[in-house]
Amino acid sequence: MNEQDARQAVEAAIGKVAPDVGPEDLEGSARLRQDLELDSLDFLRLVEVIAEGTGVDIPEADYPAVATVDGLVSYLAGHG
Amino acid sequence: MPSLGADMEHGKVVEWLVKPGDYIHKGDLVAAVDTDKTVMDIESFQEGVLAEFLVDIGDTVDVGTPIARITATPAELPPAPPADHGAKAAPPVRHLAHTLGVDVGRISGSGTDGEVTRADVERAAAASGTRAPEPATAPEAHRVRSSPLARRLAAELGVQLSAVTGTGPGGAVTEEDVLAAVPPRGRPAKEAGSEKPAAAPPSEAQPVEAPTAEAPRGTPEEEQPGRKRTTAAGGKAESLRQAIGALMSRSKKEIPHYYLSTTLDLAAAMAWMQAANQQRPVSSRLVPSALLLKATALAAKEEPDMNGFFTKGAFHPSSAVHLGVAVALRHGGIVAPAVHHADTLSLDQLMDQLRDLVGRARAGRLQRAEMADPTITVTNLGDLGVESVYGVIYPPQVAMVGFGKVLEQPWAHNGMLGIRHAAIATLSADHRVSDGLRGGRFLARIDELLQAPEML
Repeated sequence: MNEQDARQAVEAAIGKVAPDVGPEDLEGSARLRQDLELDSLDFLRLVEVIAEGTGVDIPEADYPAVATVDGLVSYLAGHG
Repeated sequence: MPSLGADMEHGKVVEWLVKPGDYIHKGDLVAAVDTDKTVMDIESFQEGVLAEFLVDIGDTVDVGTPIARITATPAELPPAPPADHGAKAAPPVRHLAHTLGVDVGRISGSGTDGEVTRADVERAAAASGTRAPEPATAPEAHRVRSSPLARRLAAELGVQLSAVTGTGPGGAVTEEDVLAAVPPRGRPAKEAGSEKPAAAPPSEAQPVEAPTAEAPRGTPEEEQPGRKRTTAAGGKAESLRQAIGALMSRSKKEIPHYYLSTTLDLAAAMAWMQAANQQRPVSSRLVPSALLLKATALAAKEEPDMNGFFTKGAFHPSSAVHLGVAVALRHGGIVAPAVHHADTLSLDQLMDQLRDLVGRARAGRLQRAEMADPTITVTNLGDLGVESVYGVIYPPQVAMVGFGKVLEQPWAHNGMLGIRHAAIATLSADHRVSDGLRGGRFLARIDELLQAPEML
């Protein structure tokens, strides 16, 4: 998956899990928990939506690497 | 319109889930109602055939107003007036009906099991031209049009509504009018929520059994019963904030809180959960909250002094544990619906229910029972970063458990320093019901249960 596809997948997934988060909030450096206010259940749902959409299953051990929008995008680009 | 919480005064029907002619069983969901806080599905308290709707979609009506008519069989359309002996009404309601010259048997009750409530009687009296008697202690000399918010505010601030000049529709006294009438020194911050800890849940648990008839929800002179009202201006977020503020003020006024905290050793629980999650597809992974909630539910089952309702001057322990879970809403505010019988659920079931409940709470679709039933509430604010949270008890409950962030911390054990996952658990409990010793035992029990996560 190239980075552009990965970014699209991430933005779509966040839009699904947290419909109120606008595109302007989705800066690359935005932290999913602190800035986008996703709690652990939201985050789990996000991981689930991403797995459904891209086939990339992020194991729990890799959660720290996907704490920001950019982190998530490059993780998908690297694993998908 | 059933009361969906102790401070609910009116509700708006936003959707019918049934149609005239449908056969309805007791407990069937019949309508979606928008309160100041959320949209809830309400169930029927009666069994029979839905004859007609009495209010339209979008109508806001007072609690106690009939919203639909249910007849026992289709043959009864239109129904013969039921005999008095068939009507259920509490003695004080019967007395009121007698005073007002209203036949209880001719009123369709809007309370639990079709019980005739005080509001029903007052409405029937108003309809037949009889006026509810003015109580001798009536604070206002004459009827004052006002919003519920304005009345609540006026009562809290000690403002006489009759002395305030109304600027609202039809000269109604608004919240702003009440605030303007307060001498500057006594004026509170306009944001009702400004003094409220973020962790406090707003939902308004009230035992379902509590008969509406006895709830002191407004004296007869305050307003015409059944009068339709437009929704208070300011939008949902603001009205939710007001409702939270009012409920939490009441909690802090009435409940002598005491507070305890302890640090939970989560080494075993986190190791177990991480190992379990490695074997699981993402759709069935667990989050730490599920373990914390389950341990709390089990401990609450063992410690009855934390689980139940304080109503009418006495504590009524609950044998079932309906665990309220504080859910932050994305546009501000918070609701705390119940996971029913949380102590009996497996972790997977609890996890499923939690996801479902949080999803529906955020979407604004909760059921009445979920809002009314919690016997103890948990706030898990730590999930979004704080180390500890001391909640405000949500009346009529008697305890609130708070969980802080799960962190790796230095931990001394057997003379060695190591790193462990840990979290601070707090308890806010009602001193009318329990003491610190009991509360401490409850928190310690949660920690103990978490040491054997495979048993949860």
